[in-house]
Amino acid sequence: MAEKIKNTDVLFNPLSKNNPVVVQVLGICSVLAVTAKLEPAIVMGVSVIAVLAFANVIISLLRNTIPTNIRIIVQLVVVAGLVVIVDQVLKAFAYDASKQLSVFIGLIITNCILMGRLEAFAMGNKPWPSFLDGVGNGLGYAIILVIVGFFRELLGSGSLLGYQIIPQGWYEAGYVNNGLMILPPMALIVVACIIWVQRSINKDLQEE
Amino acid sequence: MCHAAGNACVKEPAHDPIHTNIIIHHTMNKQSNTYTIIYIIVLVVLVGTALAATSLALKDRQQENINADKMNQILAAALITPAKGETVADFDRYITSQLVVNELGDTIAGVKAFDVNVAAEVKLPADQRKLPVFVCTTPDGATKYILPAYGAGLWGPIWGYVAFDSDGSTIYGAYFAHQGETPGLGAEIEKPAFSDQFKGKHIFKDGRFHPIAVVKAGQLPIGNEDYVDGISGGTITSKGVGSMLDNSLTPYRGFLEKLAGK
Repeated sequence: MAEKIKNTDVLFNPLSKNNPVVVQVLGICSVLAVTAKLEPAIVMGVSVIAVLAFANVIISLLRNTIPTNIRIIVQLVVVAGLVVIVDQVLKAFAYDASKQLSVFIGLIITNCILMGRLEAFAMGNKPWPSFLDGVGNGLGYAIILVIVGFFRELLGSGSLLGYQIIPQGWYEAGYVNNGLMILPPMALIVVACIIWVQRSINKDLQEE
Repeated sequence: MCHAAGNACVKEPAHDPIHTNIIIHHTMNKQSNTYTIIYIIVLVVLVGTALAATSLALKDRQQENINADKMNQILAAALITPAKGETVADFDRYITSQLVVNELGDTIAGVKAFDVNVAAEVKLPADQRKLPVFVCTTPDGATKYILPAYGAGLWGPIWGYVAFDSDGSTIYGAYFAHQGETPGLGAEIEKPAFSDQFKGKHIFKDGRFHPIAVVKAGQLPIGNEDYVDGISGGTITSKGVGSMLDNSLTPYRGFLEKLAGK
């Protein structure tokens, strides 16, 4: 495991070839929960990027001082602290989004992507690569959230970020919003479609 | 890397600096109980300080948001939807006065209706409650009286605001909200499809006072009062709305009778 990984790979690999959601299939729960509309999906994505990047840096700075037998607890304390701060900031500056996201910001603590990156990367790498790794994985997660949120809001509510996109004339001509898109199962199906598309492009991800 | 098919794959021992670091720390006794306990205490104190600082720094702004949200809900009962960022201005424009009354309908001086904690008041006996009333002048000039309600759903608290016409009996509009009712079932109480049913119902019927009943679709209430249909699959939340209205609005009887008598 000692081979040197390039910083650009650390940042960009999680966006596609090693995407935490569609390749490692982590953090699926919140993808289902917050993507019925585009706005909470974006807020959630940004929140995870912030928490993951800073948690990675902090743990990386502390990595040589943390007693190994309580390292998971230390990681949890750092993540929990950051999550509460993000929650407070959202309540102060993006109250509506924080109301919609409700418990899911708090549940970032239990997002496996975070613990996974802290344990697998930040505990063994310097702060700067850890920061890039956090941003990369956060972005990889956020991209999937935004894609899913885009399709679910467009097809389920006919709008994007709250602005009506489907013209009124379509509704008069008999077009109906797909109510199923609002429900959680469609999030899973959209994620599955993304996985399908991604694996058709990247043949080396296909299993035998 | 393993090449030959027959050979077992043996990993070379790692010689990275990090691994060596950990071994050094073992020898520096950073795994001892004392070190561990001091480490976690220092960490928790630091994190606690950071959280306290954040909370203090953002408190005023959060309170503003919470107040604006409450104003939005009160206005929603009077069927007014403020534009984004206009909430406080609209609240000041349309809510022309606020009063706090007691069970007899007399005004209690010196209390601001907006600051009354309805969640705490509904637990008191009716004759000890402070009852907030928001007087609203709608854009078309009519006067409406908005009364708050608070109760319990299936999973957590539910609350709402009911706007009455100046006859003290006819409901002009209603708004309900919840903390964590089941999406698609109990949570439907916050949808207009549910709250719009309350429009035009009478709380005084045939000279008798009855807060609106919430019943299963197709059934009739016991006391011949005005009723709305509950939500299929959200029975406990629907019943919660009924008993919330019963408990929260009954003490307003004195006030509403005075309104009607005017």
